[in-house]
Amino acid sequence: MAKKLSTSSRKTKSVPAQAAAEPAPEALVWRRKDLLGLDELSPAEITHILDTAETFKEVSTRSIKKVPALRGKVVALMFFEDSTRTRMSFELAASRLSADTLLFTSKGSSVTKGETTLDTARNVAAMGVDIFVIRHGQSGAPHLLASNLQASVVNAGDGSHEHPTQGLLDIFTMRQRLGGIEGLKVALVGDIAHSRVARSNILGLTKLGAQVTVVGPPTLVPAAIASMGCTVCTSLDEVLGEVDVINMLRIQFERFGGGLFPSLREYSRLYGMNGQRLKRCKKDVLIMHPGPINRGVEITSDVADGPNSCILQQVTNGLAIRMAVLYLVSQGNE
Amino acid sequence: MKKILNAVQVQTAVKRLFEAVVDQLPADRPIAVVGIRTRGETLAARIVEFLRAQGRTVEHGVLDITFYRDDLSRSRGAPLVKATEINFDLDNAWTLLVDDVLQTGRSIRAALDALHDFGRPSVVRLAVLIDRGGRELPIAADFVGKTIKAAPQDRVQVRLEENDGEEAVYIIKKD
Repeated sequence: MAKKLSTSSRKTKSVPAQAAAEPAPEALVWRRKDLLGLDELSPAEITHILDTAETFKEVSTRSIKKVPALRGKVVALMFFEDSTRTRMSFELAASRLSADTLLFTSKGSSVTKGETTLDTARNVAAMGVDIFVIRHGQSGAPHLLASNLQASVVNAGDGSHEHPTQGLLDIFTMRQRLGGIEGLKVALVGDIAHSRVARSNILGLTKLGAQVTVVGPPTLVPAAIASMGCTVCTSLDEVLGEVDVINMLRIQFERFGGGLFPSLREYSRLYGMNGQRLKRCKKDVLIMHPGPINRGVEITSDVADGPNSCILQQVTNGLAIRMAVLYLVSQGNE
Repeated sequence: MKKILNAVQVQTAVKRLFEAVVDQLPADRPIAVVGIRTRGETLAARIVEFLRAQGRTVEHGVLDITFYRDDLSRSRGAPLVKATEINFDLDNAWTLLVDDVLQTGRSIRAALDALHDFGRPSVVRLAVLIDRGGRELPIAADFVGKTIKAAPQDRVQVRLEENDGEEAVYIIKKD
């Protein structure tokens, strides 16, 4: 079980140093075998991942964008649900750390013959895998694997539960663009009920001292979400002028059969981010979206592609975060 | 924990390094001084300051070798890694690698790997404050502040004003 705390065209940009490479005895040392969610992490552990990702951003600026940290290790990417960004990001992250990768997608696999997720993972583990990156439609699937496998397990999104690396890259982007997290006012807008991104954002941001407001129609915002330490609001227009960050969430059509709001047109009118609404925000408000975007529904193109948007920066930062996570869990596995 | 060099002796060793390095500097090539985090970085900064005071043009870099170590798979837990800072062209540079203690040579092997991801220096020389013996690889320092003998199981700890608030070298006996 995991334990709690005890460098271009031959040129790089330097990153400010945050702690000594040879830590004092009291300095935090990452000792977790798995990353299953932000719920289990302390604020110091979250910050440790963010700071490690800063280092990996520097690696991505080198002409040789590769370090041998995971040379000889095998990373299995187990994707039981569709993914573009997350899968490619983890694959490239593993490659930049010099690991070998195995890619599994459930389509066309033995899962269609009735094999269980755990049996599939055990068989892949028998090939000598060191780290499993798993995305699954069932909440808790990564936890099941983590408690049954010696290898490290990284949650790449499980059902409606958590998507920790997306939460981390969102927080990393906010910290990079706005200088810090404590005291930030962040609105998460849209389908909160089905969003694992929303949960990871709420958990991570509140632990680091941000004030989070979730905004959406009552059918998509469960009242119990307030117990996670955030404020619930059903009107986007009410919060526009107050927040530093607006994170627009995708409607998870694949997780519910419809009927939770009258029409896309009405949803977009009440909860979509557009140029008119942007004018009522703070001048330097940060507009985020985890992707994939339903253009014209959650966000209009002029906003998504405008100067306040950091959607592509989120994707870039995702690579550094995933490099950091793969490196850290490999070091934390005893 | 036994103090084997006091502040005056450390400064003497550092001065010896300065003088040895300045005698060997080429006149016809770019010069780069690269310190290995953490105390090699401090010593490199001192060397750079000294050389610049002599009127030499010197590039200054910092190397974190964590990802290049050959014992990563045996490590337990991950302390925070800091970024490498090499904001200049290493190609064809006369490059001085600086570390505080030379023992097995494995850190230097890792540093050479890391260095070559940034360019192809024409020459790489090694300066260390303390050579304590115990080499496991065919690596030797070109410039040494002080050579000492220490038992393989003992730890040699260099403490510098900028990092630790004092100038000293200690031997920490393993129980």
